[in-house]
This record gives sequence, C-alpha cells and structure tokens, in this order.
Amino acid sequence: MICLRLFFTFLKIGAVSFGGGYGMISLIREEVLSHGWLTEEQLLRFIAVSESTPGPIAVNMATFIGSSQAGFAGALISTFGVVLPSFIIILLISALLKKVMKYAGVQAALNGIRPVITGLILGTALILLLSSAANIKTIHDSVLLDWKAGAILVILFIASTGYYKFRKKTFSPILLLLLSGIMGVLFFLFE
Amino acid sequence: MKKIWNLFFIMLKIGLFTFGGGYAMIALLENEFVSRRRWMQADEFADMVAIAESTPGPIAINAATYIGYQQNGVPGSAAATIGVCIPSFIIIFLISLFFDAFQQIQWVAAAFKGIQVGVVVLILSAGLKILRQMRKTIYNIACVCLTTAGLVLCSLFAVNFSSIFYILIGAVLGLSIYFVKRLCKAGKTEVKK
Repeated sequence: MICLRLFFTFLKIGAVSFGGGYGMISLIREEVLSHGWLTEEQLLRFIAVSESTPGPIAVNMATFIGSSQAGFAGALISTFGVVLPSFIIILLISALLKKVMKYAGVQAALNGIRPVITGLILGTALILLLSSAANIKTIHDSVLLDWKAGAILVILFIASTGYYKFRKKTFSPILLLLLSGIMGVLFFLFE
Repeated sequence: MKKIWNLFFIMLKIGLFTFGGGYAMIALLENEFVSRRRWMQADEFADMVAIAESTPGPIAINAATYIGYQQNGVPGSAAATIGVCIPSFIIIFLISLFFDAFQQIQWVAAAFKGIQVGVVVLILSAGLKILRQMRKTIYNIACVCLTTAGLVLCSLFAVNFSSIFYILIGAVLGLSIYFVKRLCKAGKTEVKK
C-alpha cells in the first residue's frame, strides 16, 4: 500500500517537474510533508545528501525517501516512478513527434511555465529560510530567532557572494555544504 | 547487442561521476558522445539539450533516454536510462541504511544543523541565478513575484495549494498570451487591407 502511494507520488513529481533538480523541490516538499513521510528538518538533510552524492538530485531524493518509508522495495518503486514519465515523454518525442518542441504553442506554454518555476524555487527557499532561521512555519508561530542559524546564514552568504565577485564562479555545492557542516560543528556541538 | 552494453556502461560511468545535477552532466555527455566517439553531431546534440531542458523530469534522465533512443531504439534508451540511474540508486540506498545511526553521532548531528542552513542557501542561490538569467519582461517579473508570494503566503496560512496548479496556470497564461498576440496581429493586417 505504501509502495503504491510512493509510486504515484513520484510519478506525479516526475511528470510535472520542469527545470531540473531544484524545480521539483517545492513539490517534493509539499508531498512528503502532507503524507507525513519526513519533517522539514529531515527533508533538508536528505537534500544535502542528494546534492553531495553523484547523480540527478531527483533520482537521489526518490531513492532516499522511498528507502526511508519502505526499504529496498520503496526505493526501487519511487525511483521507477520518478523516471517513468521522462522516459515515456522522451520516447514519444524522439520516435513520433520530432517536431513537437518546435510548435509555437508548445514554446508559448513553456515560456509561461518558466518564470513560475523560478518563483517556486524562490518561494520554497524563503519558506525554508523563515522556518529554519526564525522558526516561523505558520502565521500563528511567534518569531523565535535562532541566532546561530542566522549567523551561519550570513557567513555563507558573504562567503559565496565574495567568492563570486573574485573568482567569477559560484561556490561548488559540495564546498558550500562542507563549510556549513564545519560551522554547524563549531556553533552547535558545544552548547 | 555490443553497442547496447557499451551505451549502458558509458551511462553508468556518467551517472557515477556527475555531481551537482543535470547541467554538469550535459558537459560530460557532450565530451563522451560528440567529441570522443562522434556518435552524434554537435547540432543534433544541441537539439537534444533543448528538448531535455524543456520536457518535465530530471534533465539527466531525459538526455539519457534521448541519446539511447538515437543510438539503438527502445532497448538503447532503456539501457541508457537504467545505466545512468544505477550508481545513484546504489549509493543513496547504502547511505539510507546507515543514515539514522549516523545522525545519532553527536558531532554529525551538530554538523547537520549547519548543513540545513547550507541547503537553504543553495536553493536560494539556485533561484537567484535563474532569476538573473531570465529575460525581464513584464510577464516574467509578475509571474515570479506572484508565484513566490503565493507560495509563501499559502504556507504561512497553512492553505493547501499544490505547486502543480501554479505550473498549470503558467502554461495556460503562456498559451493565452500567445493567442491574444496572434489575434492582435491578424486584426492589424486585416485593418491594413
């Protein structure tokens, strides 16, 4: 039963997520929270692991969440679910509809979707920011500023913008996660 | 048959060595299939990237399926897709077995408190990067602002409104703008006549 639910959830995620790994974070977040599969904290840890291991983030997240809910079978069926829509859509396009991406209507729909995806990523980032640095999940929560999380946030932001200014490159995600892990140990281990 | 195994192992290798998602993988694919093996032409590869980017699903999976099909039909696409997934699957599955125990270690738990903040920064900077590269038309800016605000407000007020709806609304708006523009154009040429 849980396997079936995992399968259809990830099928849905695979079918509507445009724009690569981060584009699907907002939907994954909604689904795992509403099914009660993960807490927000666990979700962030899973994203960190998925980002710092090889392979597509979406596949890593599906495997990880599936395994946490239903072991090997769950991992397998979630991964299968998230890959299946891509597989079928690409097969259809390359076998039958070679020109479909060139139709003006398809391009128009994609142009309509693109900024929405950007908004979804930014919105999700803000939601996570509010809940991790100020403990605000809904409007009824009182603001509880976590100064340590806030400090790490500020340091990371300064470091990554500074790096971008000087080297004209963005921080590699793994480097950034490593840095934040070290700061986590420094700030949180001795409390 | 030999080519299918070849395809499978190349994709296995690419799946094992790409960190940081789809775009990193595109470079590896280009190197492998266009520069080294010459299985694809450069313009064909560019078409493939455009399709992989604008269809739903992970870019890496889309690209693998497409290249696999180009090289060897449906069996090729299956071999390529399975190949690119297997390393991720095995690595993450093994990690997931030990992850709970791992998090019990005191300094690991502390590190993860920092890492959670790091992930938020990653997502935020990914969003900002796309925002910088976006063409600043009125529609795009309005759409980004409304979606961001909608998502945050729905979450704050605990309203259930799936991201899927935002995506669908975006598609409908894109199509409507296109048809309105076409109607306007048709109207103008009518007037000129």
